[in-house]
Amino acid sequence: MTPANFRKLAILACVWALLILAPVWMPPLGGYTALGTRVLVLGLAAMSVNFLLGFTGVLSFGHAAYFGLGAYGAGFALKFLAPSTPLSLIAGTLLGGLAGALLGMLIVRRRGVYFAMVTIAFGQVFYYIAFQWSSVTGGDDGLRGFSRQPLDLGAFKIDILSNADNFYYFVLFSFAIAVAVMGFILRSPFGRTMLAIRENERRARFLGIPIERHIWIVFTLSCFFMGFAGALYALLNNFADPRGLHYSQSGDFVMMAVMGGMRSFWGPLLGAAVFVVLQDYLSSVTVNWMSFVGLLFVLVVLFFPRGLLGFIRGKAAS
Amino acid sequence: MLQLLLFNVTNGVIIGAFYVLMALGLSLILNLSNVINFAHGGFLVVGGYIAYTITPYVGFWGALLIAPPLTAVIGLVVERILIRPLYGRDPLYSLLLTFGLAFILEDGTRFIWGAQGKPVSVPPLLSQPLSYDFFFITGYRLFMVVMVIVAVGVLFALLRYSRLGIRIRAGTLDLETVSALGVNVRTLRSLNFAAGIFLAGLSGVLAAGQLGLEPTMGAGLLMPSFIAIIVGGVGSLTGTLLGGLLIGVASGVTAVFLPAASEAIMYVLMAVVLLVRPRGLLGEEGMMT
Repeated sequence: MTPANFRKLAILACVWALLILAPVWMPPLGGYTALGTRVLVLGLAAMSVNFLLGFTGVLSFGHAAYFGLGAYGAGFALKFLAPSTPLSLIAGTLLGGLAGALLGMLIVRRRGVYFAMVTIAFGQVFYYIAFQWSSVTGGDDGLRGFSRQPLDLGAFKIDILSNADNFYYFVLFSFAIAVAVMGFILRSPFGRTMLAIRENERRARFLGIPIERHIWIVFTLSCFFMGFAGALYALLNNFADPRGLHYSQSGDFVMMAVMGGMRSFWGPLLGAAVFVVLQDYLSSVTVNWMSFVGLLFVLVVLFFPRGLLGFIRGKAAS
Repeated sequence: MLQLLLFNVTNGVIIGAFYVLMALGLSLILNLSNVINFAHGGFLVVGGYIAYTITPYVGFWGALLIAPPLTAVIGLVVERILIRPLYGRDPLYSLLLTFGLAFILEDGTRFIWGAQGKPVSVPPLLSQPLSYDFFFITGYRLFMVVMVIVAVGVLFALLRYSRLGIRIRAGTLDLETVSALGVNVRTLRSLNFAAGIFLAGLSGVLAAGQLGLEPTMGAGLLMPSFIAIIVGGVGSLTGTLLGGLLIGVASGVTAVFLPAASEAIMYVLMAVVLLVRPRGLLGEEGMMT
């Protein structure tokens, strides 16, 4: 085994050990399990944004829309279809992913800042729908009146509603599946093509790669992941919030990805952890937390453009 | 019915004119520097509050004259310190930075002037309705439209005839060549940014008289400006002008028949334009696609 491979495996083992043992080590450090669950869910969302941004080089600034759609999809399924947790996850994932697939067709031909602008504007459509159509979505108050259901595994039931640790492990399990699929795609020839498009779109086009179609596929896939994360978020809160669809939420996701390190697979999870903990802390100590979050954006952009992981790697290399 | 329609079309034109003013500033900065200025709404609010603060000393007309240049100076400082280092980098970074800046500006105005909305009075000369039949056309609304026409006229004349304007237009097409011809591109970008923020400040002063002032109002006005730019076509200022008026009138007319959809119609319009004519109404072929 080469040293590089060994290091990769060691890092992987560390990440999973930390995640699996989170309910044990978090409380003594002043955290609580629900905070860990939040980090996992938002981390998955940030990783989905980064799937598009970091590995294909396409910036969507409206991804919160698909996250929020996932949340509403899960909520609708629980409230109106059937009280089943797996069904709600499927419904949320489908709603987010299919919406992304449809809108993706309209926007994949744009590039750069124009792409970002169009994604923002289309993302806002769903925010307005959720906000205005209050008879169905609950409007400003959000969608309420549903809660996650115990998992029925035939022989026994797992209570994920009242037991925070059980729910954490359920989310971790879902997270692991999504991340495994993501990693599998990135290792496949298709994943290599994504990197090729990121590195040099023109050259990739000359090689005969249908750029628009590939970007559409990646966009759609990342929307499916986003919907899945959103559905988990609805289960976490037992509530779907219109602000989860707003472009400022998209900005937070992009920030998590950039802050952790766009070029690495696990970076966005680290970014999400730092961001969530910091926001949680700041909003408890000062009413001006918005200024501090804004300042964080400015500082990261000016001084840590390659994110925490990029910074650490840069230090290690020099 | 006719009066209702007329009322809403007029409303649409006025709102559209307002979107135009805001979107032109955004568009100027976007075209030359490839920066999506998320903080544009924040600068608008700052402009409005500056006018609010100095009105007791210099009066409404004085504030109208002084507040926009003051806002532009703030913009100049921000550009110099925060945005200039990012020009060589991926547009992602300037986007994130101005996004954070919008947070800071909103929270900053709340910190300085308080979260409560501030009513802004306009001179009595402008607050009267023009006639009984057309009660909805107050002097102030007419004044707003005239101001927008003047500002747009001056902007387009400057871009067309002044040396700076010609350089800005040339830079929009090919900044590298402009630089090679000996133009100081840094100064050009700074002045262009300041011009964009000047328009934001002017929008802020005008908005204050019509809507009152609130720290959060900037974010709400930002999205229609985005849509105006996309509908009109990125890269074309005339397109932005057309786009702003179009979405304003469309939302005004929709308000007659289906009030709940008056905001949604803008997005529908954008989707239709993108489907039928992906580069926008007046967008250049190959421009930023």
